[in-house]
Amino acid sequence: MKEDISAVDFLDIINIVKLQYGYDFAGYVQASLKRRILRFMSRTNISTVFDLKHRLINDSELFTHMVQYITVNVTEMFRDPRFYRTLREEVLPKLAAYPNIKIWHAGCSTGEEVFSMAILLQEAGLLSRTKLYASDLNPMNLEKAATGIIPLDNMKDYTYNYIQSGGLADFSNYYTARYDNVLIKKELRKQINFFQHNLVTDTVFNEFQLICCRNVFIYFNRELQNHVLQLFYDSLSSRGYLAMGIRESMRFANIHKQYETVHAQEKIYRRKS
Amino acid sequence: MKGAYDIITIGGSAGSLSVLTMLLDALPENMRMPVVIVLHRLRNVESEMGRLLSATKKIREPEDKEPVKDHHFYLAPQNYHLMIEADKTFMLDYSELVNYSRPAIDMTFSSVAEVYGHRALCILLSGANKDGAEGLCEVIAAGGTGIAQDPQTATFEAMPQSAIDLCRDVKILTIEEIIKFIFFET
Repeated sequence: MKEDISAVDFLDIINIVKLQYGYDFAGYVQASLKRRILRFMSRTNISTVFDLKHRLINDSELFTHMVQYITVNVTEMFRDPRFYRTLREEVLPKLAAYPNIKIWHAGCSTGEEVFSMAILLQEAGLLSRTKLYASDLNPMNLEKAATGIIPLDNMKDYTYNYIQSGGLADFSNYYTARYDNVLIKKELRKQINFFQHNLVTDTVFNEFQLICCRNVFIYFNRELQNHVLQLFYDSLSSRGYLAMGIRESMRFANIHKQYETVHAQEKIYRRKS
Repeated sequence: MKGAYDIITIGGSAGSLSVLTMLLDALPENMRMPVVIVLHRLRNVESEMGRLLSATKKIREPEDKEPVKDHHFYLAPQNYHLMIEADKTFMLDYSELVNYSRPAIDMTFSSVAEVYGHRALCILLSGANKDGAEGLCEVIAAGGTGIAQDPQTATFEAMPQSAIDLCRDVKILTIEEIIKFIFFET
């Protein structure tokens, strides 16, 4: 029979993690977080919630390991090709008017989306005057992202996505393949700065013309969604753009009135003033 | 018994399209409860699956946090797992593939079992892998009803057969019987 976590135990775990390690998961959607904690327990042979709590209090390495499991670190290059086509055709030409462009990828995971953005910027002739800030709460993701290494197996899908997004170059120009991996070219990565930032607990740190935060909101409850949408509002320059995942919606958040819709289907919004 | 269920969830993979279309077209326009469909689909291609599935029913792909409404037909969007939260809103999840699939039928069935318990009716159609079997058994264990398409009538029998092999009390019905069941028992 499946192990379960009671509501009380769940809160205990959230509190231990918050007090001991400073990560606040209280605003995360419970069903998926619970499922991922259970999965972590089964993979690490922790059979009871009591054991989990005990070990979390006493073993910081276990927590580092748990963060890997309970955060979702799945990503793709040029995921939702039509979104990237819209960026290419409708957003980047607007950004081109700025002498210097700053873009923030919040929740960048292992970097695939920010690499995709760098390619778009390169093709639009904007990369050299753009600074890309890519943040995640998970330091292991950032370490991996900073290497620029991606498994070769994925490149077939990514090439397909790239072409669907309107890419006209030979996609293999953007990386060098070696054995089972590819290395994204240095020239694409040199404008990217990877750093740790927690959307729940950390604050505004710069001002951006575009913020991409895709498939992160789905893990947050409405209250936390509102909080993060406010953080983004405060981090955007006047008329700056915000891109969410194509199935994520702002309409259930109170703050949506401060944003106007640029592209409803691709979930691209703009700060009103 | 009439009024016994608050949701119908249908999972299908290879070979399920034609039977699903048949089933959807046979259902009444105004179902009392939501109908949620999870199909294995390609991930990064544009698709009109909702329209292809039924000429008569309007099928929408839900967005994250959207409330699950009665009288509506929903289809799990491409490249996300679809789950239902305790407050009966949809939750999308972009985590690892489950049974080589995203959306995975197991993920949806499992969340429906937890939220709807004995008020859930889940149906597993033709398919070439075992996705959905575990979830269907969770629905049954939670007191809900689990139906598997009679493997002898399925283009690919592996999926319904896996559920039948995995737990007891799976109802084994042909498509015609499933339609009748929905008409008379829901």
